[in-house]
Amino acid sequence: MKLVFDRPRSLADVQTHYCPGCTHGIIHRLVAEAIDELGVADHTVGVAPVGCAVLAYNYFNLDFQEAAHGRAPAVATGIKRTLPDRVVFTYQGDGDLASIGTAEIVHAANRGEGITVVYVNNTVYGMTGGQMAPTTLAGQKTTTSPYGRDADSIGYPIRMAEMLSTLVAPKYIARVAVNSPANIQRAKRAIKKAFEIQVNDNGFALVEVLSTCPTNWGLSPEKALRWLEDNMLPYYPLGDFKAPKEVE
Amino acid sequence: MSEKLLMRGNEALGEAAIKAGCQLYFAYPITPQSELPEYLSRRMPKIGRVFLQAESEIAAINMVYGAAGAGARVMTSSSSPGISLKQEGISYIAGAQLPCVIVNMSRGGPGLGSIQPAQSDYFQATKGGGHGDYRLIVLAPASVQEIVDLTILAFDLADKYRNPVMIMGDGLLGQMMEPVRFPDRSDVKLPEKPWATTGYTGERPKNIIRSLELQPERLEEHNQKLQKKYADIIATQKRSDEYLTENAEIVLIAFGTVARICRSAIDMARAKGIKAGLFRPITLWPFPDKDLAKLGEKERHFLSVEMSCGQMIEDVELALRCRHPVDFYGRVGGIVPSPEEVLDKIEQIMAGRCEG
Repeated sequence: MKLVFDRPRSLADVQTHYCPGCTHGIIHRLVAEAIDELGVADHTVGVAPVGCAVLAYNYFNLDFQEAAHGRAPAVATGIKRTLPDRVVFTYQGDGDLASIGTAEIVHAANRGEGITVVYVNNTVYGMTGGQMAPTTLAGQKTTTSPYGRDADSIGYPIRMAEMLSTLVAPKYIARVAVNSPANIQRAKRAIKKAFEIQVNDNGFALVEVLSTCPTNWGLSPEKALRWLEDNMLPYYPLGDFKAPKEVE
Repeated sequence: MSEKLLMRGNEALGEAAIKAGCQLYFAYPITPQSELPEYLSRRMPKIGRVFLQAESEIAAINMVYGAAGAGARVMTSSSSPGISLKQEGISYIAGAQLPCVIVNMSRGGPGLGSIQPAQSDYFQATKGGGHGDYRLIVLAPASVQEIVDLTILAFDLADKYRNPVMIMGDGLLGQMMEPVRFPDRSDVKLPEKPWATTGYTGERPKNIIRSLELQPERLEEHNQKLQKKYADIIATQKRSDEYLTENAEIVLIAFGTVARICRSAIDMARAKGIKAGLFRPITLWPFPDKDLAKLGEKERHFLSVEMSCGQMIEDVELALRCRHPVDFYGRVGGIVPSPEEVLDKIEQIMAGRCEG
């Protein structure tokens, strides 16, 4: 019988700690598939964040470093500058990358560091119990914005992909979502492209992945997917914000 | 050994790091150590090594984490306020057991303080600094030649113990010019690092660099492992130097720049017939308490001289088990004590003692 579906070699055969319906599992798989398809698993080093994906090092069959909160791009810089022929990627959430780690991501991107960044945006601090994140939508209720995010007082959610795409050095910056099979296919292509750009051009690439957090949103997994579509997509448009011409 | 060269402390430190095999250096500008990044920004690219000016002290120390975890000899440097910023990363590096060298050319504090020399980061360097139970090996050079020798030692100790090592200088040592010689290290083989994250090929278990351990029992076990390592370091790595202590009636305790000043004061005291001597810790952690305690076996006076409000004196008193009164003389704010001031203090103590 022909094998049509299998676990990627780079994805560890272990149970994860992610909540039911959380889309981290899908994104992990897409990353592992991209690494496998490019044939770079044996010389790839991942950097895990602080947040829900803090234990990502247990879920990939790859060498990994676990960084301090927000510092993954600096840690990845240290690895890449030491081992320029290795593939180095960070996997970060929105609290990690868009709040406490803004300096590190901006400057790694601005240097054109030859790393791939998988940036998972679910609009909340998931691991600590669903507090307001820099990406929380205006009016969105969280455990630290119980009356809804007041944009007049705390500002509007940060669009990192758009912000970073104003920099000269980055080669590829895109936003994708994992709310439907079609969008998952697109997300896969973008993540693979982000790794290809590192492998072929030693360029900086970032893919923002809109993700769900059913637990902290207080929604069923299915309703969470719809919430993403109805609320996140209008504010966080999908697409390539910066891409090399040949990679259309 | 190389020929004798006249070099500034900060630049000699940079060259010594190169001789020690430092492959990458990450830093952020701050006075009074900027000659070090400036020197390495010229030298490192010419010999195929990495100089990278980071966006912040925090980024610099986390780049060190990444590079050390990838198996490189790596260094960062700063001065007091910048070292405070690095504490988060230093705690992670200590927790993940990564070797690296951190230089503090310290200056007056607290806060932004001044840009003049100080030793008021002693507590921060030797008692932790960041969160959690960890230790740095802390080396305190007192001359430009010793900066060279201890920088090379720092890299070797860092690798030997998989532990961060701090070189604790001050603005004066960094700026001072003295003749130095560099050892020939061309045939020195650097240690293998099979634990480094170089890519998982399946020939060994996958390597993970981390300080996270969610299970209390396993984190306790990890802490016990660290403590055992620190106990080994305490047992074997204490270093100190003595000057005219043999028949000394008063022993001054001082490190770094202040130790040099104390030597001058001791010579002046001896010329006046006061038998003074110097005990100079070279490792601030582990503190050379046993050798100091030996001096405490005789009836003597002890005087801790520091560019702080009195920090090392706590370790001095512990080493002497409070059997002897320990006097203190300190200047702060970036003021370097003069030999005459120290001599005055020696004379006061000895006069008081004679009266008693």
